[in-house]
Amino acid sequence: MAETTTAAPVTGDGAAGGPGGRVAGGRRIAFARMRDLALIPAIVVIAIVGQLVSPVFLQPDNLVNVLQTMSEIAVLVLAQTLVLIVKKMDLSLESTVGLAPGVAAWLTVPVGAGHGLGLLPGGWSVPITLAVGVLIGVVNALFIIRFGLNGFIVTLGMLIVLRGILTGISGGQTFFQLPESMLYLGTTQWLGVPASVWLCLALFAAGIVLLGFTSFGRSLYAIGGNVDAAKAAGIRTDRVLWIVIVSASLLAALGGLLLSGRLASVASAQGNGYIFTVFAAAVIGGISLNGGKGTMFGAFTGILLLFLIQNVLTLGGVPAQWIGALNGTIILIALALSRVTGGKAQE
Amino acid sequence: MAAAAPVVEATGITKRFGSTVALHEAGITIEPGQTHALVGRNGAGKSTLVSILTGLQAADEGAVTFAGEPAPRLADRDAWRQRVACVYQKSTIIPELTVAENLFLNRHDHGRTGLIRWKTVRAKARDLLDTWSVDVDVRTPAKELDVEQRQFVEIARALSFGARFIILDEPTAQLDASAINRLFNRIRDLQRQGVTFLFISHHLQEVYEICDTVTVFRDARHVLTAPVDDLPRADLVAAMTGEAASETAGERHGPSADAPDVLTVDSASLPGAYDDVSFRIRAGEIVGLAGAASSGRIEIAETVVGLRAAFGGVVEIAGHRPRPGSVPAALAAGVGFVPQDRHHQGFVPEMSIADNGTLTIPDRLGPAGFIDGRRRDRFARTMIGKLAIKTPGPELPVSGLSGGNQQKVVMARALANDPRLLVLINPTAGVDVRSKEFLLGKVEEVAESGTGVLIASDELDDLRMCDRVLVVFQGRVVAEIPRGWHDHQLVAAMEGVDLDG
Repeated sequence: MAETTTAAPVTGDGAAGGPGGRVAGGRRIAFARMRDLALIPAIVVIAIVGQLVSPVFLQPDNLVNVLQTMSEIAVLVLAQTLVLIVKKMDLSLESTVGLAPGVAAWLTVPVGAGHGLGLLPGGWSVPITLAVGVLIGVVNALFIIRFGLNGFIVTLGMLIVLRGILTGISGGQTFFQLPESMLYLGTTQWLGVPASVWLCLALFAAGIVLLGFTSFGRSLYAIGGNVDAAKAAGIRTDRVLWIVIVSASLLAALGGLLLSGRLASVASAQGNGYIFTVFAAAVIGGISLNGGKGTMFGAFTGILLLFLIQNVLTLGGVPAQWIGALNGTIILIALALSRVTGGKAQE
Repeated sequence: MAAAAPVVEATGITKRFGSTVALHEAGITIEPGQTHALVGRNGAGKSTLVSILTGLQAADEGAVTFAGEPAPRLADRDAWRQRVACVYQKSTIIPELTVAENLFLNRHDHGRTGLIRWKTVRAKARDLLDTWSVDVDVRTPAKELDVEQRQFVEIARALSFGARFIILDEPTAQLDASAINRLFNRIRDLQRQGVTFLFISHHLQEVYEICDTVTVFRDARHVLTAPVDDLPRADLVAAMTGEAASETAGERHGPSADAPDVLTVDSASLPGAYDDVSFRIRAGEIVGLAGAASSGRIEIAETVVGLRAAFGGVVEIAGHRPRPGSVPAALAAGVGFVPQDRHHQGFVPEMSIADNGTLTIPDRLGPAGFIDGRRRDRFARTMIGKLAIKTPGPELPVSGLSGGNQQKVVMARALANDPRLLVLINPTAGVDVRSKEFLLGKVEEVAESGTGVLIASDELDDLRMCDRVLVVFQGRVVAEIPRGWHDHQLVAAMEGVDLDG
């Protein structure tokens, strides 16, 4: 047994290196990065078509207009992207968009104007909006993580409940005369561009950095890709999931705030039907419904593409009644195209 | 004698799950530099011991020490990772991420700004793989690795935490012969560098090839630990099963002289898989299709059952020519099929044994597409009896069975339509010794009753009872070996080596 005493950790510098495999990968890696940019050619094509349809299209005013109308829903896409990457789903985001500013309006709008209670001064409206977002996120997370319920069903239920609450407190009507602070983000211009556009772009930039270059961001991919492996690597999976689900609701509340500010009102149907566009944009942008796959940049190009197409249709004089049908068709075509460029079946 | 303390020592370990005792005062002692085999049938307590040794579960009683020191707290994952690492059968690699990221998951290299520096991460990953001479591009997405590369990457990752004691949980289960050889060379390399292994395998052959000491568990208890050289194979099998078992199967009669053909394959080709393959199987005959994993043997078998369509050539089953590439047509022609990977193609895990076993014969269970639950359960009960499936009843989901019993359900399904031709691909992969003997015995029994059998496998034990073995090498049938071959003769043929030449 004496010879076993000599066994000791060895750095293994004697082992021969294998440089052979390094060279071959180069092209494939370039291709992998290309897939992140897969929608760029489509966006360029749309830009050219748009310019042919109407010379207004490429005017800065029109482009800023597109960015502003998409900014609220883009924030939702960002939120959903985080949730999808950890292999969960949050359908209730679209109701949060309405309910969070709805509750704030309910409490701050003076009595007499619609269903407002006028209980709190207007300055409270923004904190309340965000707090409602966090609260909804906590309820979602409790059901999904704590009690282990299926996220799809939980948030589907939440979608209906939250929409119902908004209809209840508003009496099915629209809140007007919102406090000044609620209007700020939706109406102000910074350097000639709406604040909501700046905010949306800043959030996406932050999202790209978060997902690509921080341990927290990478842990989302690990959890979505193989939760057991993530646990084995020492990632606190439940904590990460809590943060993601609550942040998503918070972001949805922020999106609602932008929308209410721009429209200077909270309708009881605010955000209704958004979730389909949100999912479509995420999937077109390369986010997998099976988790662990896709980038924030891809998601951004997804939503951008959808809104550019819509803008071109409007400029082209397509009757408003037909926009819905065309929108759906475009989503299907875009999905089919991204299936072709992605090369693999979407799950 | 100033011998080093054992790398790991577990003594008096007892672990209960509810009323079942998974380990009863079991123990194991692994000396530095050893390659220690842990063998036992399914349910002997091997996996429980592994999860206790890796700190995933705490023992109810008993103690674990590493190099003489008590084991760290369960929550202290880092401390555990520095002492022991396990390469599980189930991958702990995240498929969508690159190899580099998998290696340094949750311990990325951060730059001054607090953001991840991918360049450094990749460089470190490359260094790590070079150190242990794993030839894989660190930028490859992990899903593109094959099983073998994946294992090497996981071993390298384990070593990078500082662990010099590695548990390999059935590492060879999904590898072909040449990959197993490469894995063993890698293990020997690491042995020389002072790495200690605990090797878990169903293949006793491998234990004798690579390990120096063997520990046997049976029914949650430690049975024996002995140097491999001092323990003849028969004794080892006896220790595992608790009874003296003979390894040689009884003599078979083989097909009678005037038996009709049940399978004729005539000059079938599938580009990229096999080329110009012709053979026939008579009723009651067992024919082996041997070859390495990529030799084309699996594709040939899958063509016979209709999972693939041959590009040219003819497949005739019991006088019929089923439409190529159609599984229903092949089933109708009288084929029973045990697919390559039971988890992928063999069964629906959450469906009951009864549902799984009768999946191929819904038309016998009731009129006009309806299924008579009682008829199905009656059918399932006879099947459970015939194949000695260990289960409380036919309604248990298949996912609740052990590997051996799952495979029996797959076999039962293959036999459900009283096939004229039984096609088996790797029928005993990941199955314990006793279930293996049972399954192969069943195959012989089926053959005796006049069914033709085709076994596509590289497992010598599966092929031993074949009347003749066709050896496939690079898509062509290169040899036909009658029964009574020597191991080295067949292995050489499978590897494309000509011993006589």
